[in-house]
Amino acid sequence: MSSLFLSSPHTVATSQVPDERGRFGEFGRRFVPETLMHALEDLTAHYAKAKQDAEFQMELSDLLREYVGRPNPLYFAERLTAHAGGAKIYLKREDLNHTGAHKINNALGQALLTIRMGKKRVIAETGAGQHGVATATACARFGLPCVVYMGEEDIRRQKLNVFNMKLMGAEVRPVTSGSRTLRDAINEAMRDWMSSVNDTHYIIGSVVGPHPFPMMVRDFQSIIGRETRLQALEHTGSLPHEVIACVGGGSNSAGMFYPFIDDKNVALTGVEPGGKGSKPGEHASTLVHGKKGVLHGSYSYVLQDDSGQTSDVHSISAGLDYPGVGPEHSYWKDTGRVNYVNCSDDEALEAFQLLARTEGILPALESSHAIAHGIKAAGKRSKDETVVICLSGRGDKDVYELARILGKDI
Amino acid sequence: MPFIAAGDPDLATTAEIIKELSSAGVDLIEVGFPYSDPIADGPVIQASYTRALDKGLQVEQIFETVQKLTTAGDDLPPLVAMVSFAIIFRVGPEAFIKKAEAAGFSGLIVPDLPGDEAEEFAALIKDSSLDLVQLIAPTTPDHRVEKILNTASGFLYCISVAGITGARDELPPELNDQLRDLRTRTNLPLAVGFGISKPEQVDILRDVADGIIVGSAIVRHLENVTDDTSKAAALKAIREMADGLVAATHR
Repeated sequence: MSSLFLSSPHTVATSQVPDERGRFGEFGRRFVPETLMHALEDLTAHYAKAKQDAEFQMELSDLLREYVGRPNPLYFAERLTAHAGGAKIYLKREDLNHTGAHKINNALGQALLTIRMGKKRVIAETGAGQHGVATATACARFGLPCVVYMGEEDIRRQKLNVFNMKLMGAEVRPVTSGSRTLRDAINEAMRDWMSSVNDTHYIIGSVVGPHPFPMMVRDFQSIIGRETRLQALEHTGSLPHEVIACVGGGSNSAGMFYPFIDDKNVALTGVEPGGKGSKPGEHASTLVHGKKGVLHGSYSYVLQDDSGQTSDVHSISAGLDYPGVGPEHSYWKDTGRVNYVNCSDDEALEAFQLLARTEGILPALESSHAIAHGIKAAGKRSKDETVVICLSGRGDKDVYELARILGKDI
Repeated sequence: MPFIAAGDPDLATTAEIIKELSSAGVDLIEVGFPYSDPIADGPVIQASYTRALDKGLQVEQIFETVQKLTTAGDDLPPLVAMVSFAIIFRVGPEAFIKKAEAAGFSGLIVPDLPGDEAEEFAALIKDSSLDLVQLIAPTTPDHRVEKILNTASGFLYCISVAGITGARDELPPELNDQLRDLRTRTNLPLAVGFGISKPEQVDILRDVADGIIVGSAIVRHLENVTDDTSKAAALKAIREMADGLVAATHR
């Protein structure tokens, strides 16, 4: 490894990151063209002010309560628990949010910030379409024009979300370069932003990209972990023994884990998409199989070849199909605070159907990865322990893909 | 100061283009290292990079080709590598600097390594024969200009428009003011790039800039190279373009 980045050694994870340069230990920072640097400095300053501003926080929490429907339940999954045969399993029901996933928490926060900064236009990228829908929703709610970049391949896979975005007045721009998926949609959104930075805010959908995005998106998503903490204490009188969430770019997991970082007795587990196998191109398990490197403006684990070119990735779930991961996750991995594992396409498909049958809940294929691992983890624990799984989104968007794979007509 | 992407359509052609541009009398040649996710580049350069990468181009092969050129005894202008920090980091910053020096490059332009993040890398490069060319954008505020000048060497790459690479019809009127201001703050030569394709644009900049960078307008000629005939036509078109731009700078 290069001596360049050895300047910030770290052995114990803390919640007091990043520093003013956007470093989570050695990870993060800002590897972007100079054209964007001023906008990032400006955004950092505006966000720092908003974070301390009671009025901003009040406005956001009102929206989360009245518009999103928070707090959503921490639900005891009795029949799933019986199936797993071990610890009690609780599900954090982000799928019950307005728009059906956790993405709305961040989209509303950043939309409010857009208005505060006096910017008149919003752009976003989307993979599965959940962040695109959340951003289109927030923009419709506040009357902001919205352009969503989406890979041509993802547009094909996620027609329902594309239609929903258009209904809410967003323009969906197909991205035809490179792999035509999330990674290229981020490239295209960054390019737009370089030309439009004076009047446009880029609402990035995950804890990735240059500082302050990884910190800001984590903060907006931390409502998940904060609620879970309180609800677990209410339900069981103690904190959970283990908290599990899926990791693509890593926004639902970062929001779930962050409020537990300083609770050393709570085990935290991130579940990456294992796809079809461990060879390059068969999976998108950035933390399990990747190396340290630079992608999309930050230094983190990445899936790259030996020349620094980004690898192709695969996952059954369009929302986890990404060759990078948020820098804070890399920090949590290297400090050992969070354990990262993966589960295969097939395991996720099985978990999807199992949750439908045992609990009457259709999880998103993304969240199904967390469910699959959660069942295994609960099975290894005693009956008086508790495991919380983040059910980050609902599966309605995935039923067409599921039917295709199972060979059924809808 | 023309830009070309290495390996499009192949490295042998890249070498031929470099020789052709040299004999046209250009002052410097930027050699782009193809990258899978070039966020600062417009569609023309991105497509050129994709064509090169689709043929399995490796970083090592670019160094080999450049080394052959620089050691062949031809009269070449300085060659500067335009390369993403993603690639430098994967190769290893120290190793990359050594390899670039050995190949005969004069400097590096790292478009995704802004002044703030460049300190450690600039310290490494100081011990080499390479310059670290830094970029200044129209959106760069005053307090950042100072920081950037601290780590810059070789020349200053002044981005003409907020946006990505690619030919444009007009240059923003504020550009001249920014260049005049920079002139009072640094002795480094000022080169202007992004959006420049025509001799008339060179005319406008002649009094305020020391160099003009032309990329997409040159790379575009390689879009349809499929055989020797189309390759010869592309080389001829690039040569004519270079001749026209060189003549404009010397007017």
